[in-house]
Amino acid sequence: MNVLRSLYASSRARIAALFAVLLLAMTPAWGDSLLPKLDIGKGGHCVRDPKFMRANHMYLILHQRDLVVRQGIRGSKYELTNCVDCHASKVNNSVLGTNQNFCQGCHVYAAVKIDCFECHSSKPQHFPAVADNAAIDPTAPIAPKEKQ
Amino acid sequence: MSDINHGRRQFLAQGSALAAGIAIAPGMLLFDFAHARPAGVPASSAVRWGMLIDTTQCESGCDACVTACRKENGWPEPKTAQDVQWIRKVEIKQISTGKQINLPMMCQHCAEPPCVDVCPTAASFKRADGIVLVDKHRCIGCRYCMMACPYQARSFVHEPVVDHSSEMPRGQGTVESCTLCVDRVDRGEQPACVESCAKEGHKALVFGDLNNPNSEISQRIRSVASIKLREDLGLDTAFSFVGL
Amino acid sequence: MAQEKTFAQIESRYFWLLAALGALVVGAGLYSAYFMESHGHVVTGMNNHVVWGMPHVFAIFMIVAASGVLNVASVGSVFGKHVYKARAPLAGLLSIALLAGGLTVLMLDLGRPDRIIVALTNYNPTSMFAWNALLYSGLFTTVALYLWTLMEKRMNPWSKPMGFVVFGWRIILTTGTGLIFAFLVARQAYASAILPPMFIVLSFAWGLAVFLIVQSAMFSWNELKLNPAIQQRMKNLLGVFIVGSLYLVAAYHLTNLYFARESAFEHFILVSGGIYPALFWGGYVVVGSALPLLLIFTPGMGKGIHVLAASLLTLAGAFALLYVFIIGGEAFPLDIFPGYQVISSSFGDGQVASYAPSLPEIVLGTGGLAIAFMITIAGVRALNFLPHDDPKAVHQD
Repeated sequence: MNVLRSLYASSRARIAALFAVLLLAMTPAWGDSLLPKLDIGKGGHCVRDPKFMRANHMYLILHQRDLVVRQGIRGSKYELTNCVDCHASKVNNSVLGTNQNFCQGCHVYAAVKIDCFECHSSKPQHFPAVADNAAIDPTAPIAPKEKQ
Repeated sequence: MSDINHGRRQFLAQGSALAAGIAIAPGMLLFDFAHARPAGVPASSAVRWGMLIDTTQCESGCDACVTACRKENGWPEPKTAQDVQWIRKVEIKQISTGKQINLPMMCQHCAEPPCVDVCPTAASFKRADGIVLVDKHRCIGCRYCMMACPYQARSFVHEPVVDHSSEMPRGQGTVESCTLCVDRVDRGEQPACVESCAKEGHKALVFGDLNNPNSEISQRIRSVASIKLREDLGLDTAFSFVGL
Repeated sequence: MAQEKTFAQIESRYFWLLAALGALVVGAGLYSAYFMESHGHVVTGMNNHVVWGMPHVFAIFMIVAASGVLNVASVGSVFGKHVYKARAPLAGLLSIALLAGGLTVLMLDLGRPDRIIVALTNYNPTSMFAWNALLYSGLFTTVALYLWTLMEKRMNPWSKPMGFVVFGWRIILTTGTGLIFAFLVARQAYASAILPPMFIVLSFAWGLAVFLIVQSAMFSWNELKLNPAIQQRMKNLLGVFIVGSLYLVAAYHLTNLYFARESAFEHFILVSGGIYPALFWGGYVVVGSALPLLLIFTPGMGKGIHVLAASLLTLAGAFALLYVFIIGGEAFPLDIFPGYQVISSSFGDGQVASYAPSLPEIVLGTGGLAIAFMITIAGVRALNFLPHDDPKAVHQD
């Protein structure tokens, strides 16, 4: 306790403390500049409004995946492939890759690990998977497959 | 006008019946699998998808079905025992007679699947229409289902997947097997292996609804002798083999 | 007779050294798990035919021994033998330690260990693994409660009923371990109703062997002396359990040999399979059973050092048997086409699968043993687990 008191007494310590308080006070401004700037791909009208999606998109996805896989209910607007179709960046044709990409940007900012793309494609493919495991060229033109 | 030409009438009646039959019959045959399930409708147990494999038509050295499955579902060409194989060609010889038989081997989509019984998280499950699948959202990669399968149908993904298919998600650390091309079936198409075998001209694979007595597969099963693999285990597989 | 040491006086001078060594091995095991998870199981020797490898040999050994070591406690609480009752706390600690080590290895070997929470929240009632999730966590709870009734004086009257609960729970648990394999209808090595009782008797032998080793080590590190009469009784019991497990393993193989459809498998395991017959006969039967029996029962032997050696050899035999049972059972090809011989297949149908243990697997398994070690030494240091023997009680029952 005595150490702290003597520290407080010194003017150098007081200036340092003031500086720290100013830094903390500035964090809202910093916070805004640290917010992700997302490349929303095609964008346009999402399935729900952005405020709702920011808070609840994971619940939509979790519910939807069971409907598709376990019950075989297809064609819902909440399917993950639809999200990827709209939100894949036009630069690298993906929702992952840089912190400007749609999914990665917010998830890195919020430090929430995305599990989806361990299995799911982060690219809006509409052609069959390439044979022999060759890497897809993201700048190649996409040939859309007829989806019924 | 009193002399009705019965012969001509008969010919016209039979002819139009034949013409109608030719026009409608293919539609009847194709009806069970060209019929895509509408959006929002779940899979139903009114249908049971199955396959008949005619080993007498299966050609030694041809692996069109394997290549088609690979290209459709995105698994790489297998090189080691750790590589995934959803379908493989097997050549067998009957010990007593020496007769050699060629056939493709994949998940048999049992009605009483041992893999579903043993899965701790119910990731391995049987869909209402009989297709046995792995729900990758729940699979923890314990490999118990691989121990339980009598047909060695399942593979474990030993490495990170680099080339994801948007129709058939698959990832490291989960178990996978033939899905009967469930996304194609739901769109009203046939599994890739069946389509490719037909394209090659062998037509050894017949796919269809086992619950529909008028489907091609049901008619073939009633007319030709076929067996299921390891019938003694009582698993009621959806696959039958002709020529074994 | 030397003065009995109180708990406060017991302190191993080797504790920090042992803790450091243990922590090192645990760290290596954890790194191994991370390596396997980040690169995928391609870095292990396991493949699409031998899907369970060295980690499972280690883990199943630890889980079976965890249940078996409680036998020492049960003989005390359930059957009322005082010498064993004094040993119940240490047995309980060992049980928790071994179970923790075994489960850690199992969970870290999963393809998706990050999904443990899925396994704990989604239960398929027909799956033995799902039941095990409940049985194993239940064993932790019941043994912890049992330890409380043993070590808290006012709870002592409850130790007998709690002992019964623990006894029943672990019989069900070890039956479950056997049923994991017994339920596999497709495999010639498994699918047998004899496996649950076989695992139970194996647990008796392995659990007691572990207990004797730990007791010997703890007494020596803490400079205590074990009464030779107690040593004598426990070693005879180990001998009985080794004979019992030999009997059940023999029954399993003899029954299999009778079935024509199993004869190829039995020939593979017992004669022609290379490493598998070598480990079975040399590892389990000779080194793991015959030698320990000699060390225990030959007149003139049966001293402390012989019992320690017999216990260590029993555990070596345990690993050998589990390797043959688990890996040998997987390596033998499935009989998909009875009456046919497989000429060619890209997926190894009809061929014996090859497996070579890899370093990450072995280090992971050893890390599990190290976890059990750390829990044991920490527990013995912190609380009064070591048995205090009343010299009169030895001859009482």
